[in-house]
Amino acid sequence: MKKYIDSGNIDTRSGFGAGLVEAGRADSRVVALAADLKGSLKMDAFAAEFPERFIQCGIAEANMVGVAAGLSLTGKIPFCGSFAEFITGRVYDQVRQEVGYGRTNVKLASSHAGITLGEDGATHQTMEDLALMRAIPGMTVLVPCDYNQTKNATIAAARYEGPVYLRFGRPAVPNFTGADEPFEIGKVYVLNEGADVTLIACGHLVWEALQAAEALETEGIGAEVLNVATVKPLDAAAILASLRKTGAAVVAEEHNMAGGLGEAVAGVLAAEAPAPVEFIGGGDRFGQSGKPAELMAAYGLDAAHIAAAARKAIARKNR
Amino acid sequence: MKSTEELSNIASQVRRDIVRMVSAAGSGHPGGSMSSADFMTALYFRVMDQDPATWTRSAEGQDAFILSAGHLAPVYYAVLARAGYFEPALLGTLRKFGSKLQGHPAVDYVPGIFQPSGSLGQGLSAAAGIALGKKLSGEGHRAYVLCGDGESEEGQIWEAAMFAVHHKLDNLVAMTDWNGQQIDGPIVEITGIDELNEKWLAFGWDVIVADGHDFESILNAFELAKKADGKPKMILFKTEMGHGVDFMAGTHKWHGKAPNAEQCAAALAQLKETLGDY
Repeated sequence: MKKYIDSGNIDTRSGFGAGLVEAGRADSRVVALAADLKGSLKMDAFAAEFPERFIQCGIAEANMVGVAAGLSLTGKIPFCGSFAEFITGRVYDQVRQEVGYGRTNVKLASSHAGITLGEDGATHQTMEDLALMRAIPGMTVLVPCDYNQTKNATIAAARYEGPVYLRFGRPAVPNFTGADEPFEIGKVYVLNEGADVTLIACGHLVWEALQAAEALETEGIGAEVLNVATVKPLDAAAILASLRKTGAAVVAEEHNMAGGLGEAVAGVLAAEAPAPVEFIGGGDRFGQSGKPAELMAAYGLDAAHIAAAARKAIARKNR
Repeated sequence: MKSTEELSNIASQVRRDIVRMVSAAGSGHPGGSMSSADFMTALYFRVMDQDPATWTRSAEGQDAFILSAGHLAPVYYAVLARAGYFEPALLGTLRKFGSKLQGHPAVDYVPGIFQPSGSLGQGLSAAAGIALGKKLSGEGHRAYVLCGDGESEEGQIWEAAMFAVHHKLDNLVAMTDWNGQQIDGPIVEITGIDELNEKWLAFGWDVIVADGHDFESILNAFELAKKADGKPKMILFKTEMGHGVDFMAGTHKWHGKAPNAEQCAAALAQLKETLGDY
C-alpha cells in the first residue's frame, strides 16, 4: 500500500492558526474572534499581524456568535473560535438562530475536540459536537485530519460563502497530507485503495485507519482508506463507489456513535447499498482524564481496534 | 420629513394593522407590538437612513435594525409594510402556511429583515457585530436594536452590554420597550429586574429615558443617541403594553393572546384608520 510519512507530530489547531494567517493575508475581510482562548486556538499570529481584525470577546461565547453574525452582515468573514464544547453545546441555540437559520457567513472554529483533549476531562471533551452541527440545516461540517489539511481547510472555509463548522484538536499528531494540497469542501479523499474492506474515517482517526490498513495488509487484507474531511455535505457517491467494490466497512471517528460520521454513512448505505458496517466511536458514555494515547486505547479508537473491526466486518460479508 | 402629527397617524394605522393581523392569525403577540408602535414608527419614518427601494441584507452603506424581541413581529411587519418594504396586503397572511410573514422574523422572506429572531437575548449581540463591522470599515451608519424588558432577563444581553462598552460602540443604539410586563405577569413579580436605567448605567452605557408614547420625547431621545462619545446608547422607552386600546392596555394578559372577532372590532373602534386598512 501507499506509504504515508509523518513529517513530524504537530497539533491540528496550529494548522488552523497558520491557515487563518494565510486567509487573512489573502482577504482583508477575514476577522477572528476569541472568547478568552486566543492562545489555545492559535490565533496569536493572526492577532499580531492584524490587531484591528482580532476581536477579543471575553468569556462570553453566546455573545461572540451573535457578534460574528453581525460582522458578517457588514461584509466581514468572521472566524469565531473556542473549545469544541463551548462553540457548539454551550451556544447551540445561538448557532442555530444567528448562523444556521440566518445563513450568515460565519466560520465556527472548534478546537480541542474529542477525547484527545486529554487531561481536562469530560467537561471539556465533547464527543457530541458533530451530532449537533450536522443537525443544523445548511451547516457545512469539516473535520480535517492533520496539520496540513487543517491549514488548507481553514483557507477553503474562508473562501466558501456560508456557515462552516471546522473541527480540530489539541494533541500533536502525525502530519502526513501534502502541505500544498488544496482542500476541496465536499470531497472524500481516497488515501489507499483496497478490495476487501473500506475504512472510513475523519480527523485524528484517519492516521489510525492508515495504520490499521498497514496491519491488515500483512494479513493479506486490502483495506481502502477514505478520509472524509467533509462530514456534511457527505459525498455519498464516493462512499458508495468504494462499498460496491469492497462490500464491508468500518467507520471511525473521535465522537460518540450517536449522530456522527458513523450514522451519516450508515444512513447512506441503508438507503442505497446495505453492507456490513462496524462502528468505531466513543459509545454512550462521557470521557475522563488521561493522556490522549491512553484514552484512544481505552475508548477503542486506535488502529488496533479499527483493524479488529475490519476483520469483523469482512467476516460478516457472507453470512 | 414626517411631522409628529403624521407619525402619530401612521402609528394609529400600524396599531390597527397589528390588531387585525393577530386576530386573523388567531395567535401572536399584540401587547408588546402595540407598546412599541410609536417609536418603531418614528425609527422607520424619520430616524433611520434606510431606503426600501435600495435595501439589501448587507448592512453596509445604510443604518441597520435588528428586532431582538422577535415576538414583536406584528409591529415590525406592519411598520415595514407601511414604509414600503412590501405590500400591506401581505399583512393578512401572518402566521399562515406558505406566508412570507413567518410567526417570528425570518430572512429572505420579505425585504427589510437582517437577522432572524425569536429565541430571546441574541439580537443585541448581532447589532453590536454590525456596529463593530461599520467601525472597522470606517463607515458612519448606525446599528439599531430593540429588546424587551422581560428579554433583559437573558444573560446574553449583559454579555453584549459589556462587549459594546469595551469596544466603544457609540454607533450602537439599543432600545428597550419598557412596558413592565412579560408573559407570566408583571416583571417585578417575575424577577424584579425593574431598575433598568441603573443597570445600564452601571454597565457603562449612555442611558436615555423617554416617553415611548410621546413623539417629541421619542425624537429627542433618538437625537441624543447620536452623540459620538465612545459609549453605546440605550434608550429606555417607558411604554404601556397594549397601548391604544383600553381593554388591552397595561396588562400582561395581552402579551401573547389574539383578540377574537368581537374584541377585534371593539379595538378597531378605538384606533383611527389613517392610511386605509390593507
